[in-house]
Amino acid sequence: MSGTVNVRLTVNGVEHTLDVEPRLLLVHALRDELGLTGTHVGCDTSNCGACTVHLDGKAVKSCTVLAVQADGAEVTTIEGLGTEDDLHPMQEAFWNNHGLQCGYCTPGMIMAATALLADREGEGMITEEEVRHGLEGNLCRCTGYHNIVKSVLDAASKTGEMVA
Amino acid sequence: MTVTDQAPAGRHVGRPLRRKEDPRLLAGRARYIDDITLPGTLWAAFVRSPEAHARILSVDKSAALERAGVHAVFVGEDLADLAGPLPLAWVPPGVEVNNPEHWPLARGAVKHVGDPVAVVIGEDRYAVVDAAADVVVDYEPLPAVTDPELALKGAPFVHEQFATNETHRWSLGGGDLDAGFAEADVVVERRVVNHRTAGAPMEPRGVLADYRAGTLTLWSSTQVPHFLRLFLAILLGMSEERVRVIAPEVGGGFGSKLQVYGEEVLAAWASRKLGQPVKWIETRSENLAVTHQGRDQIDYVKIGAKRDGTLTALHVQIIADLGAYNMLLTPAIPALGAFVMSGVYRIPAVQTDIVGVFTNKCPTDAIRGAGRPEATHLIEVTMDQLAHELGMDRLELRRRNFIPKDQFPAEVAFGIVYDSGDYEKTLEKLLEHVDLDAFRREQEELRARGVYRGIGFSTYTEICGLAPTRAVGPQGFGNQAGFWESAMVRVHNTGAVTAYTGASPHGQGHETTFAQIVADRLGVDPEVVEIVHGDTATGPEGRNTYGSRSLAVGGEALARCAVKIADKARAIVAHKLEAAPEDIELVDDRFVVRGSPDRGMTLAEVAGAAYLNEVPEGMEPGLETTTFWDPDNFVFPFGAHACIVDVDPETGKVTVQRYVAVDDCGHAINPLVIDGQVHGGIAHAIGQALYEQVQYDDRGQLVTGTFVNYGLPTASELPSFETDRTETPSPVNSLGVKGIGEAGTIAASPAVTNAVIDALRPLGVDYVNMPLSPMRIWDAIQGANREGGSQS
Repeated sequence: MSGTVNVRLTVNGVEHTLDVEPRLLLVHALRDELGLTGTHVGCDTSNCGACTVHLDGKAVKSCTVLAVQADGAEVTTIEGLGTEDDLHPMQEAFWNNHGLQCGYCTPGMIMAATALLADREGEGMITEEEVRHGLEGNLCRCTGYHNIVKSVLDAASKTGEMVA
Repeated sequence: MTVTDQAPAGRHVGRPLRRKEDPRLLAGRARYIDDITLPGTLWAAFVRSPEAHARILSVDKSAALERAGVHAVFVGEDLADLAGPLPLAWVPPGVEVNNPEHWPLARGAVKHVGDPVAVVIGEDRYAVVDAAADVVVDYEPLPAVTDPELALKGAPFVHEQFATNETHRWSLGGGDLDAGFAEADVVVERRVVNHRTAGAPMEPRGVLADYRAGTLTLWSSTQVPHFLRLFLAILLGMSEERVRVIAPEVGGGFGSKLQVYGEEVLAAWASRKLGQPVKWIETRSENLAVTHQGRDQIDYVKIGAKRDGTLTALHVQIIADLGAYNMLLTPAIPALGAFVMSGVYRIPAVQTDIVGVFTNKCPTDAIRGAGRPEATHLIEVTMDQLAHELGMDRLELRRRNFIPKDQFPAEVAFGIVYDSGDYEKTLEKLLEHVDLDAFRREQEELRARGVYRGIGFSTYTEICGLAPTRAVGPQGFGNQAGFWESAMVRVHNTGAVTAYTGASPHGQGHETTFAQIVADRLGVDPEVVEIVHGDTATGPEGRNTYGSRSLAVGGEALARCAVKIADKARAIVAHKLEAAPEDIELVDDRFVVRGSPDRGMTLAEVAGAAYLNEVPEGMEPGLETTTFWDPDNFVFPFGAHACIVDVDPETGKVTVQRYVAVDDCGHAINPLVIDGQVHGGIAHAIGQALYEQVQYDDRGQLVTGTFVNYGLPTASELPSFETDRTETPSPVNSLGVKGIGEAGTIAASPAVTNAVIDALRPLGVDYVNMPLSPMRIWDAIQGANREGGSQS
C-alpha cells in the first residue's frame, strides 16, 4: 500500500510512535500494531460498541476512528483500566453481578459505562433508565442487559469517584 | 429470588458463586479467535455473490493476482481434491431428503446472496479485501424464489435437478386425530408465521488454520470442535489423529456456531495447499448474510377442544423454509419442534406434518431453541385464542389441560416421555409475583385514558439435554452419531484437579459450574478445580455444547467421573488407615473414617499416596479416570412466564413494562448463572417478537445486512426481568438437573404476543404475527376497524 503516516499516541499511559496506512482504523492499530486485543470488533457499522475505548477521556468507537485521527491523543483501553489481579471498580461490579457471559462485548461495555458515569460526575445517583439510555450504543446478546445495568448501578452506588 | 423445595446438594453446588472465567474476560486478557495470529499468517477474503440465483459464467482472477502480497485466488473448481461436499448429519428416519451438493466455494451456480464464489489469500488483512473487489465474476441471473409457499407451487426451482423445491416431508404423530376433532365442540385454526432471525453472537465467526508436517491445527470460533475435527478429517482425506481443533474463547454462539462451515474447510485446505497459516475473520455483514439463520416457518395450526376446555386433538402443518442448502442439522430443526408439539398439555391426538422447502435464501439451522420456540409459540398463541372462543379464562384452560404432576414420567400421544414436571406449581409461583386482579383494574383504568395495556402468558416445556443415543442415534430418530458426553478427572500431586469436559462452552460458565460439581465430590475448593474444554487434543472425544445439553449430559458425566475418583480415594484412605472402604466418608473436605473424624486424609494426601503407589494390592497407581455418560432419556425443563406490555394505538409501538419468569430446570447448580441464562434467553425472544427480522425482497436481495437494519434490542428497549424458580429434579441423571440455556427463548415470544393481543382485543384485534412492529400493529388495528376482526 502506498505511503504511511507517522502517528504518535499515548495508550494506557505509554507513548507510541507508529507508521500506519492512512486508512488504518484505530481499533486495528490498537489490536494489531500494539497487541492490545482486549478491544474487540463486532460490526462494521458502529452499532455494537464492542470496540469502545476512551479517546482523551471520551468514549469513542475505535472502529470509526482512523489511527491518524488519534495523533497526539491519549487513549485508554480495557487493559489500561484494571488488571486481572487489580480490577477497576466497574470491572469488579460486572464480576459480582454476573454482568457478562461470553465476554465479547464486555470490554466495550465497561469502557462505555465508566465514561457514562464520569460524564455525569456530581449530578447525583444515576437511575436505571439513564444507564439503559447511556448504554444504547453497546450491544450484548448474552445477558439481556439485566445484569449489565445492575453492575453499572452497583458500581455507581459504591464509588463517588467513578473516573476511569 | 428464592429457591424452593429442594435444598442444594453440596457445599458448593447451589451457591451463586461468581464466575471463575471472568477476570480474564473483564481485563481484556481473554484470547478469542481474532486475537491469535501465527508467524507467516496469510489472510483470506471471500468474493460473494450479489445475486440471489445465478449461473457463474466466468471468474477473472487476473487483476486480483497482480496486487502486491496476494498469494492465491481460488474458485470452486480448484477444490477438486476435497473428498466431498459440506456435511448434512441428520435426516429424519426412513426419509429421502433432497440434498444438493454444497461446496465451500460455489461450483457453476450461486443460490443465495453471499454464496462464496472465490477466495483471495494474501499477506495483509486490508489488502485481501481490496483484491477481492478486483475479482470479476460474470453472472447470468436466474429467477429466484423467497416465499416458501410460492416455492412449493413450482418453478423457479432453487435446484433444477430435483424439479421441486420440496426438500422432504416427515410426520410425527400419535392418537386418533379424526376422532379427536370429531369429538371437539370448538376448533381453532391459525396460520402462524414464525419469521426468520439471525443468531447474531457479538463475536462473528473466524478461523485460523495451520497445516504443517502432515498435521492440521485449526482454531475456530465454534461450538463443536469435535464435530469439526471429524468432518475436516473426512473432507481433507486426513487421518483423524492428525487433526486438532481448538475452540478458543468463543464470543457467543446461540446455535449459529454449531456448524461445519465452508470457510473452516477452505482455510484448512488452503493452509495445506500454500504451506502457511491461513486466517479469516467474518465481518458482521457476512455474518448476517451467510452464517446460518433460524426459525422461518409457516405453521398451520388446528386445535380442538370440548366445551369444558378439554383438548381433544392438535394438528400442525409446518412449512419450514430451509433456505438454499441443507447444512449440518437443517432438517432436524422443525423435527425438534415436533418432539414438543404437545407442550405441557394432555392431548390425546397430536400430529405434526413437516414439509421442508428450498428458497434462494441463507440456509437455516439451529438458532437458540431450534424448533422448540416455534412449537411453543404456535401452541401458546392458539391456546389463548381457544380460551377466547370458549369464553374461558386463559389460565383456567391451561390448568385444565396440564399433565398432572402425578403422571410423570408422562408419555405424550406421539411416544416421547417427559421425565418430570409440576406445571401447576410454576404457574402458581408466577401468580405470586403477578397480582392479576390488580392488573385487571389497572388495565381498565388505563384503557379509559387511551393506554392499551395487556398481559400475556406462556406455559411451556422443552426437550433438551440432547443425548440419548438410543433416541437420537441411528436406531431412533435417525442421527448418524452417538450422543453421550465425556469427562476426565485428573488429581495432581498437590490435590489440585484438572477436569476435562467434552462440552464446549461459549459464555455459559462451565468453568465455574462444573468446578462446583467436582469440588463437592472430591472435597476441594472450586478454586483449585480447573475445567478444560474446547480442544480435541487435551481430553477424550466430546459431543460439545448446544441444545441445552452441557449440564444434563456433560455435567453428569463429570459428576460420575468425580465419583469414580472419590471411590478410589476411599479405597486408598481405607488402605492407609486400615479401615474398610465402606467406612470412609467425605466430611468437610476430608475423607475420614466413619465415627473417627480425627482419622482421615485430604485429597492432596490421597493423591500423594496414589502417586507413590501406596495403594491397595492390585490397584493401579495414580488418581485419574475417564467417563462416558449416555442417559436414558432427554430432560424436559418447564415454566410459566408473564409479560405486560403497553401498546400505543396511535403509533403501534409496543413497550414491555414487566417480564416475570418462573422456570424449573431441576436442581440449581449456580443460581447466578441460571438467572443470567434466563435473562439472555428472554431478551433473545423479545428481540424476535418485537424487533428482529431477517428480510429479503422478492428477488432475494438481503435487506438486513448490517446492524443498522437488523434490529438487535438495546438496553433501552428491554426492562429488567423478574425471575424465580421451582426445583423439580430430573430422574434422568444423578444431579437431578435439566437445561436452562434455551428456556427463556422458548417461552418468551408467545408471552409477548399474547400480551399485545390482550391489550388490543378491545380494538377487535385477535392476532398479529411477529415481529410486532409499529407498522404491523397499526395495520392490525386499522384492519380490525374495517373488518371487525383481524388476522394479519
